Amino acid sequence: MRKKATRRARRVRLLDLAHARSGDKGDTANVGLIALEPEYYPILVKHVTAARVARHFKGMISGPVERFELPNLHALNFLLHGALDGGGTISLKTDAQGKVFSTALLRLELELPK
Amino acid sequence: MKPRPATVRIAAGQGFWGDWLEAPYRQVTGGPIDYLMMDYLAEVTMSILQKQKSRDPSLGYAKDFIPLMERILPIAAQRGIKITANAGGVNPRACAQAVAETARRLRLGGKVRIGVVTGDDLLGRLDGLLAGGHELRNLDTGRPLSEVRDRVVSANAYLGAWPVVEALRGGADIVVTGRVTDTGLTLAPMIHTFGWRPDAWDLLAAGTVAGHTIECGAQCSGGNCLVNWDGIPDLANVGYPIVEAAADGTFEITKHPGTGGRISVAGVKEQLVYEMGNPAEYITPDGIADFTTIQLAQRGKDRVRVSGVRGRPATDMLKVSIGYFYGYKAVGTLVYAWPDAYRKAQAADRILRQRLADLGLKFEAVLTEFVGADATHGPLARASARLDQLPEVQLRIGVRSPDKAAVERFTREIAPLILNGPPSVTGFAGGRPKPEEIVAYWPALIDKRMVEACVEVVQV
Repeated sequence: MRKKATRRARRVRLLDLAHARSGDKGDTANVGLIALEPEYYPILVKHVTAARVARHFKGMISGPVERFELPNLHALNFLLHGALDGGGTISLKTDAQGKVFSTALLRLELELPK
Repeated sequence: MKPRPATVRIAAGQGFWGDWLEAPYRQVTGGPIDYLMMDYLAEVTMSILQKQKSRDPSLGYAKDFIPLMERILPIAAQRGIKITANAGGVNPRACAQAVAETARRLRLGGKVRIGVVTGDDLLGRLDGLLAGGHELRNLDTGRPLSEVRDRVVSANAYLGAWPVVEALRGGADIVVTGRVTDTGLTLAPMIHTFGWRPDAWDLLAAGTVAGHTIECGAQCSGGNCLVNWDGIPDLANVGYPIVEAAADGTFEITKHPGTGGRISVAGVKEQLVYEMGNPAEYITPDGIADFTTIQLAQRGKDRVRVSGVRGRPATDMLKVSIGYFYGYKAVGTLVYAWPDAYRKAQAADRILRQRLADLGLKFEAVLTEFVGADATHGPLARASARLDQLPEVQLRIGVRSPDKAAVERFTREIAPLILNGPPSVTGFAGGRPKPEEIVAYWPALIDKRMVEACVEVVQV
């Protein structure tokens, strides 16, 4: 019984926990991820790790992911390196400036304990 | 001595070159402001302007700044509103000259003083700097600039707020600059109004945060805002942001009454994290701002208070923005309709790629996107969309190459697909795509002591 209880989890879309804005610096896209409520911030800190975000964007970025914390704004900042096909004027992508990596991150689904 | 004012109101009028033409006019007419701040320069803008200047030495600045000045100068002069703008591009003196002529034509002779900030343009000094051991290594790749020296088209150091302050102290009503940082254009009026010292790092950081908050115009007052986006009122009349700053470095973000949009804590947060690197180290020529110290509070409708900002001393280096010729690119599109829209677009892509290969064309990159399916969210979107039922899909294919002829040939391979490829295809009214020259961005650092800003103030 106990075993079953610990295995139970609920799936939550990041879209329901946070909002975001993204932009570019060269070939790096940044995504600022902001908790919709202050109490969601610890969930983001715990579950939306750099490794988790790198897995989410597998096939879309060629470099590593860095994460920075802004507890004062209940926000995390991610740097997605090698995200923009060279970036700026070089890039052939529709989203050469990484403007919509923000909502692409919000597609992430978290498995949270009940 | 005249007592210093308790607050200063700085209004954002342009978030980039090409921003809403109505915004600056509405900022000077919609209520009381002390300064109008306008940011014109993105990373690659300088190289575009340098190219214009090489064709005509009287060009090289943001040309639409002049008709804008024609429209707002009489009101600004009458109301005592001062203007800071980096519209000067690679030719601030020519820009100032054009503004002066406009002012005289408006019979504002004797009433307007124009400040000009130069010294950022390093293009003519590059060989001397390289010979002197300044390698200008690429901040991202570590490569020395000598590798692309013969292809460099522009090189500008980022100047900070202090040259703008000097122009304001010299009595300038309009300060036209070259590559001054976006944030410096807002920080300078604060320094000038309150007499902040060059080592008041917390205050300079606060002014820098104020600048970052409003430098993208309406992006902090309801534009491009994801939170409750469809509840943001009257974006058609969106009010651009205004900073109301106090001498202690605290400030409030607001907008004129009766305008659309929204100033909320959530919206300001979105702008604060925009184009952010390490938030604890927002480096500018004027100092380092620590964005993890910012405190926000809603202080009434459309009014957010910002406080608590801490800063650290400036570094010994300035960032240099270099543009260099990289090669050519072109992007072509076709639209495929239901049924099987996505599969038809995929088939067309395969056919096109085979033809390019059969022609023996070499590209550095060929990128295919299916707009309507995966162009923005890639495999994340493909995993969840009903791809077999899409009503239409735009095939968007781009190529990049140092060889202009290869790119040119590619542009002739799109239209034939209309008659000799998969069916139900349309959306080619734009005609053949044009090969585009790529001027790429090379960020570097240089010893501050190698760059000297030059400030002139002239009476019109």
